Order: sequence, then structure tokens, then C-alpha cells
Amino acid sequence: MIYDASIFAVIIFVMFVIAVLGISKYFASKTKSSAGYYAAGGQIHWAVNGIAFAGDYLSAASFLGICGMIAFFGYDGFLYSIGYLAGWVVALFVVAEPLKKAGKYTFTDALDNRFNSKAIQLMAAISTLIVSVCYLIPQMVGAGALITPLLGMPHYVGVILVGGIVIFIVATAGMASTTYVQFIKGGLLIFFSTILTISLFVNGYKLMPDENYHEFITLSVASENGQVTSVDGYTIASQNSDLGVVKLEKDGVQTWWQLQDEGKTLIEAPSVVVLENGDELYNGAPKEDRKFYQVGHMSKIIVDGKEVEETGALGPFEFLETITNSEVILFKKNVFHDGADKVTLWKHTPTKGERIMRPGLKFHLDENSTGWDKTNFISLMLALFLGTSALPHILIRYYTVPSPKDARKSTIVAIASIGFFYVLTLFMGLGAMTHGVLDLGSSNMSAPLLAKFFGIFLFSCISAIAFATVLGTVSGLIVAASGAVAHDLISNFGGVNLSDAGQVKAGKISAVVVGLIAIVLGILFKGMNVSFLVGLAFAVAASANLPAIMMVIFWKKTSAIGVATSIFVGMTTALAIILTSPSMYAQYGLDPATAPSPLGQPGIISIPLAFLTLIVFSLLFPSKDAKPMPN
Amino acid sequence: MAGHGPAADWGEDKASGYKARLGIYLFIVYCVVYAAFVALNTFSPKMMGMIVFSGLNLAVVYGMGLIILAIIMGVIYNHKCTKAEDLMNK
Repeated sequence: MIYDASIFAVIIFVMFVIAVLGISKYFASKTKSSAGYYAAGGQIHWAVNGIAFAGDYLSAASFLGICGMIAFFGYDGFLYSIGYLAGWVVALFVVAEPLKKAGKYTFTDALDNRFNSKAIQLMAAISTLIVSVCYLIPQMVGAGALITPLLGMPHYVGVILVGGIVIFIVATAGMASTTYVQFIKGGLLIFFSTILTISLFVNGYKLMPDENYHEFITLSVASENGQVTSVDGYTIASQNSDLGVVKLEKDGVQTWWQLQDEGKTLIEAPSVVVLENGDELYNGAPKEDRKFYQVGHMSKIIVDGKEVEETGALGPFEFLETITNSEVILFKKNVFHDGADKVTLWKHTPTKGERIMRPGLKFHLDENSTGWDKTNFISLMLALFLGTSALPHILIRYYTVPSPKDARKSTIVAIASIGFFYVLTLFMGLGAMTHGVLDLGSSNMSAPLLAKFFGIFLFSCISAIAFATVLGTVSGLIVAASGAVAHDLISNFGGVNLSDAGQVKAGKISAVVVGLIAIVLGILFKGMNVSFLVGLAFAVAASANLPAIMMVIFWKKTSAIGVATSIFVGMTTALAIILTSPSMYAQYGLDPATAPSPLGQPGIISIPLAFLTLIVFSLLFPSKDAKPMPN
Repeated sequence: MAGHGPAADWGEDKASGYKARLGIYLFIVYCVVYAAFVALNTFSPKMMGMIVFSGLNLAVVYGMGLIILAIIMGVIYNHKCTKAEDLMNK
């Protein structure tokens, strides 16, 4: 889809970027020590840190990915919101205070506190790097997705722009500027998402979302034995009776249509065709012709048992109740070959609201689902629950506040603000589904495009904040990764005795390298749903780090060898399952059916395996001089 | 500046045992409620479509309930911990 840049959007966006860079420059002048660079001097107020937590956590995955997934699959996308938020319970009740007491700059410090073990320092630093990179990919993909409608530039420009700005932020002031960028952005994201949700309630639902919404053409057809034989005014170019779709030609333009009404009529179906020579046709025409329209509408609106054209303003409960009782046209993606052409076609699928508002449209959980489908779902929910408190860029935020008590309080502020935001995602996602704003080529754009429905001002603010969201999260991840390299690997593991200024310099160089890697990966992974990708990062974090964190805190017999092997086994098992899964095979361009691992989500195997490894190796190789955890 | 370990010596926190126990209890309670939610979604997805409150189905009510429960439990935990710290660390 082609987007036009809006001057107003560009101005707001540039103002945001200038503000972010200004904050970084200001804190850069104050940040001279390693404590300042890695942990903002440990002097951030708990309330500020709590909102900054929200800023860190409400990344591109939450805002772009979840809203997009709800817009395309209904309630199943909301399950991500629930899982992400539930993970904070583990962080608050189990991890927050002990980790603050035991650590200094990085979570490796806390893990290694009892042992002073080279093996732990090495494995925890590698794990931090891998999890950070896994988490960076979707953020960069989200940046690319955002920049296209905002500035009218290609995906890769967005990725390079974010990478460049973030490298500047992190390489100048580290955690202090990252914290304040996250605080401002987290607060603004929640504020403007609330405005967007209220706008939805005021607008209510309409059968015709707005006057410019595309009116789908229907044609009467003559058919015989399930084959279309003639259509007035069109020539039949080909048909796929398995899928019930027909390719028609008129004035030299070929378009795809979908059979409906038991084969009596055809309705135009959005399509993208990749020709043998690599050219792409959007609804039969080159992209520049702008024939690829936005979609998303209701086919029936039921209020108090009666069909209506529009609802008028609705309260939050009424908003959910109305869609539950109504019917929505979802656009179901089908990919097939027509001769040498690869066709992606979205079929109109009338879907009852009752079906949209319960699980099963994305995750296969109904009667015809397999044991692997159910296992995949359980595995995902387990990883989301246990992944939060194992994310390095979240854990390092515990070192920016003055005391363990502040760590606890800031976690509660985080839970309240993040929880509120996640409730809003359900409304925003359903709003995008029904307000004619969906870009079928990119689910990630659903929330910003919904904002555009309510005017360019809201769109500009939401997009600029979403962009700042990516900036902030990527900054936090790069601080975590650079800390792993400079503090954990070079200084602690390598035993290189760097001066304080040397540690800061090493961190900044590491930040530049990690930032460049993130840019390359962000371009390579274009088009994947960012929430799906973050779900995988959670799985790696939960498998590699969480068993070690929990056992170090709660099991006195935990040994250094046990912790190091547990991280290694959890991390490699999770990565091996992910890299050989059907969804990754599809990403490689291979047939997903040939993927060696039937599981896409590794947590259900890799997390228990990491716990078991830790227990067995701790019993076999005890650490005789391990210290107790700080009280 | 190299090396690791805590950034500061916080002094003995006499309430730490109480706080850890309370945290574990609340964690277990939430785990059970969350596990039941995942089990229902996995094995009875149709049941999640049952209307239970003000026109909303079980999926929405339970899901939102989990978010709200986390916030409420967090506030209770902080209140109890702060009270214990004030009493035991005098």
C-alpha cells in the first residue's frame, strides 16, 4: 500500500526526534561514570522508573503487534496482552527485590553474586546478547513499518533511521537518557491511546465505516458443475475451484474475484500477484496506481436484537457487547500459484462476533486442532508468563532506582500503567478491525491507521510516539547488550582491568556494533508480525534466564556449574526449536510441512529442561564456597 | 570499578523473609488463576464464548479480570511489605 507523507506528521515527528536527541545530549553532559552510563547513577525516582518500565515494555510488539493481531484475529491477539501483563506478577512477587539487592549494573551481577564464577559470567552475558538481539529484530521491523505511512519512505529507511538515532542516544548518555525518553514516551503512549479509545467509543460502529470506504463490486455469473462459464463484460482468465476464486480480465487488467451465494455471484477480492519476472500487481495494477485499498467492516450490527446501520456513541461494555452480537467481514489470507504467478488473495469471510471474541481464530484450539496445536498455545502462554522477568533490558531497570523498596514500588506503577494500556489494546484492535483502516499487507500498521481515521493530528502524535516507543525500547536493549559485552564479558569474564572511563568507552563501542547488527536484521525480517517475533524472544529469555534467576534466589544448593549449564541448555534448546519450526521454515522460503520441529513455541520443553539441568548439575557439581543471597 | 556485586550494602532487612513468603503465596495464587485461564482456552474454547456479565463473554471477563487482579494483588503486596518494613526494621 502506498502512503502519502503529511507535512504535519513530519513536523510532529521531527519535533519528537529533536526532543529525544536534546534529552540525550543533556544527560550526556552529566554522564561521566560507568554507574551513570549503565544504571543512571541509581538515582531515578520510583514513579519515574515505573512509567519508564512501561515505556520499555510497551514496545512495538505491544502497540503495533498486539493491536494488529486483534484487528486481524480478534480475541487471540488479546491473549498476548494478558500473557505479557501476567509476567509482571512474577517480576514483582519473585524477582524485583532480590535482584536489586544482589546486582549492580546487569542481571549477570545478580546471578553471579553468590559464586563469582567465570562460567556464569560468560553464559549470562551470551544469553543477554542473544535475547536482546531477538527482541531487537521486531522493534526494528516495527520502525520500518511505521516510517512508511508517516514519512512516505521505504521500510529500510525507517530501520536505518531508528538505528542511527538510537546509536546516538545510547552512545552519548546510556541509561539516564534512555530512562527519561522511556518515561516521556510511556506516559504519552498511554495518554494518546486513551484519547484514541475514547474517540472510538464516541464514534461507535457503522456499516459503512466512512464515506471514502471502498465499495466492493459484485457480479452475477453463469456457472456449470461448480465452474464459472461466463461473466457479463469480463473474460474468464483462470479459476481455482478448490478455493472458489476466479481471475477475470477486462480492458487488459486482470483481477481476482471470490465466488459467493452458492456460486451465483462474484465479489472482488483484494490480491497481490507476484509475476514470474518479479513484478508485483496490487488488485491487478502496479503499486503506483493505488488500487490496493484499506478494508475492515461489519456486515451486520445488532443492537438490542435489531439490525441497525450505525450505533452512535457507545460505552466500553456496550462496545464489546455490540461486536459480540454482530457480524464482521474478516479477510482471510490465501496463498496459491496461478501458473507461474504467486497469488496472495484475501477472501471475504463473514464471521460472527461471538466467534471473534473467543479464542481460536489464530491459535488452532477447536475440535479439529491437534495435540501439537494445543501444546504450542500452552507453550506460548507459559513463555509470556515467565519471560518478562527474564528480559535483560527490563531487569537492568531495577538498578536505576535507589533501593529495593523503590524497585518494588516502581514495579507496581509499571503493572498499573501497563495493565491499563493492555485493556485499551482490545478496543483499539477491534476498532481497527471494523473501521475500514486495515492494510492487508501489514498487520503492524493497524493502530496508527486507526488513529488516522480520527484525523491527521491524532495519527501524527500516535505515529511519532510509536516511533519514539521503538527508539526507547531499542535504546534499552542496546544498553543491556553493551553492558553484557563491556561489563560482563570484557571486564568481569575477560579480567581486563578497565578504568571507569574505559568501561564507558567499551560500552559505547559495543552499542554501535549491536546497533548496526540490529539495522541489518530489521531489514531482513520485514513483514513478520512484531508481536509474534517478540513472543519468540520471550521464549528464549524464559528458557535461558528465568530458571537460573529463580533457583539462585530460592534454592540454597544451586551451584555455579548448575546455573551456567542451565542457561546454556535453556538457550540452545529454545533456539534450536525456534529455528527448526514451521513458521521459521516459511520465513526461509521452505515448505513449513517439512520443518523438523512440529512446535513453534519452545517454552514447554526448554523451560522445564533448563530447571532440570540446573538441579542435576548443581547436585553433581556443588559450589562449596557459595555465598547466601543478600538479605 | 570492574567487578560485580551489589551497588550498595542495604543493611539487614528483617522483613525480607516475610516479604519473600508473601510474594511466593501471592505468586502461587496468581499462577493457579492463570493456569486455569490457559486450560480453559486450550481445552474449552467454546465455553469462553459464554456470556457471563453485562453482555460480555467469559473470555473477555476472565482476561480483563487477570489484568485487574494483577494490579490489585500488586497494591496489596506493596501495602503489606511497606507495613512489615516499618514494623520490623525500626
